[in-house]
Amino acid sequence: MSFHTLTVAGLADGLASGQFSSRELTQYFLDRIEQHDSALNSYITVTPEQALAAADAADQTRAAGDAGPLTGVPMAHKDIFCTKGVLTTCGSKMLGNFVAPYDATVVRQLAAAGVVMLGKTNMDEFAMGSSNETSYFGPVKNPWGVDAGLVPGGSSGGSVAAVAGGLAPFATGTDTGGSIRQPAALTNLTGLKPTYGRCSRYGMIAFASSLDQAGPITRTAEDAAIVLQAMAGFDPADSTSVDVPVPDYRAGLDAPLAGRKLGLPKEFLAEGLDDGTRAALEAALEIYRQQGAEIVEVSMPNMHLSVPTYYVVAPAEASSNLARYDGVRYGHRAEGVESLEALYKRSRGEGFGREVQRRIMVGTYVLSAGYYDAYYLKAQQVRQLIADDFSRAFEEVDAIIGPTTQGPAFALGEKTDDPVAMYLNDIYTIAANLAGLPALSMPAGLVDGKPVGVQLIGKAFDETGILNLAHQFQSLTDHHVARAEGF
Amino acid sequence: MSLSNDQLRTVAHLARLELDEADVELYSGNLNDILAMVDQLNQADTADVTPMAHPLDMVQRLRRDQVTETDQRELFQSNAPDTERGLYRVPRVIE
Repeated sequence: MSFHTLTVAGLADGLASGQFSSRELTQYFLDRIEQHDSALNSYITVTPEQALAAADAADQTRAAGDAGPLTGVPMAHKDIFCTKGVLTTCGSKMLGNFVAPYDATVVRQLAAAGVVMLGKTNMDEFAMGSSNETSYFGPVKNPWGVDAGLVPGGSSGGSVAAVAGGLAPFATGTDTGGSIRQPAALTNLTGLKPTYGRCSRYGMIAFASSLDQAGPITRTAEDAAIVLQAMAGFDPADSTSVDVPVPDYRAGLDAPLAGRKLGLPKEFLAEGLDDGTRAALEAALEIYRQQGAEIVEVSMPNMHLSVPTYYVVAPAEASSNLARYDGVRYGHRAEGVESLEALYKRSRGEGFGREVQRRIMVGTYVLSAGYYDAYYLKAQQVRQLIADDFSRAFEEVDAIIGPTTQGPAFALGEKTDDPVAMYLNDIYTIAANLAGLPALSMPAGLVDGKPVGVQLIGKAFDETGILNLAHQFQSLTDHHVARAEGF
Repeated sequence: MSLSNDQLRTVAHLARLELDEADVELYSGNLNDILAMVDQLNQADTADVTPMAHPLDMVQRLRRDQVTETDQRELFQSNAPDTERGLYRVPRVIE
């Protein structure tokens, strides 16, 4: 049986009806990883023994009558989540030997829901990148263009390649400026960044703490609802976790769309958007109109400043967060140095790659005496203006719709020499992080054989609304069913 | 605003990063490109805007001052490059 073509919901049904066991499923995916991952490089660590033990435990839970929808479903964690007793590298040489002493809350919650972890997925170093090329463990290939050398997007590049390549039914990701949605768009998957504070950040290695958020990477919106159900919730161990009830996400999927208002920011259609992606977006708008939704043009006059705002706020927070890597308590330590200062400097010089060093220096500069007001304070003010743009739009509409990226996947090496060009990859995704809003990318069709996505941005804590919109779209289209050839 | 190679060396020192001298030129070029992009922020009129502190207007939560963590020193130090008798070893700091 081709288990890798089933959705999470389909696997849950098959497990529930006894068509197959978790052990069979787990062994099947471990075999697929063995067979295909040399072409994709989507995993940094595979944990077969642990996975089979978890599968057996899940099968016993089911036999005892205690199974939930995720019991026994295999999956992969982005290597940014701490997993007790398992290597947790964050894609960096700095943490190349770090064995996490505890589980991230998201990992613990998913384990409690009964999932079977297959391994840890490759990623841009410390989640800084949009192509997965900054990983110390080598770039990841996009299953939609292995021979053409297409990037899978980033920073959750390994997670999307694993799911799109059928090497995991779903995976976790994190999204600071688009790191779930952009790679999901480039690999024909559904990727959800929840509201800031919806999923715990405890045990999720910090990049930019006011923006970082964990979320699911799946094939369908229904699967995203199932997985988010297990990931979301209040966590006292995360000081910015929000204590609001978690609704039943799956129950909201079938609500009719008649009378729903979708805002299309005219700034999203400005120069830079490629024709094929624009056509895919317009086709999606037409589907929504046919369902009785109304498309309203809205204006978000500060949207064009989201990339410059992000490249002050995120590096500033990163420079502070990454100060903890000192070569003393854990992580890479330089050999043969005589002084403490040299130990810090050389450990960090050797342990961090170029993009991470670049961002640490940008952050250090914008926070330094004399520049703080001109850069950091100014950026936090513009961030407020961008959030205000959303608040105004949401007085009129239920959700925002637009493209996820300017175009489909590009080739490895195409943008590595020009950091600013790479940063513009996230031009449509960053604003939702700055405003803390939930946002989702869903498959919207192929452009020259390469997938592109449509993005839905919701009001704070309205994951239900955007999952409903995506699920209805997926029940009327088959873009999300298309699979990369050979996988 | 433009960043000189000397300023870049200062920033690297503040960030405790040892750079190869050969990379200084590359990094200062990169940082100047990034800062030029960031200068677009000056287009926005922010005269009366309060800088955002948190996207959701939250307040800092407080908790009871109780011990909730157990002592796991040995486990945590198993990741340390160099320890002795429960302490972290570093190069000599005091002469």
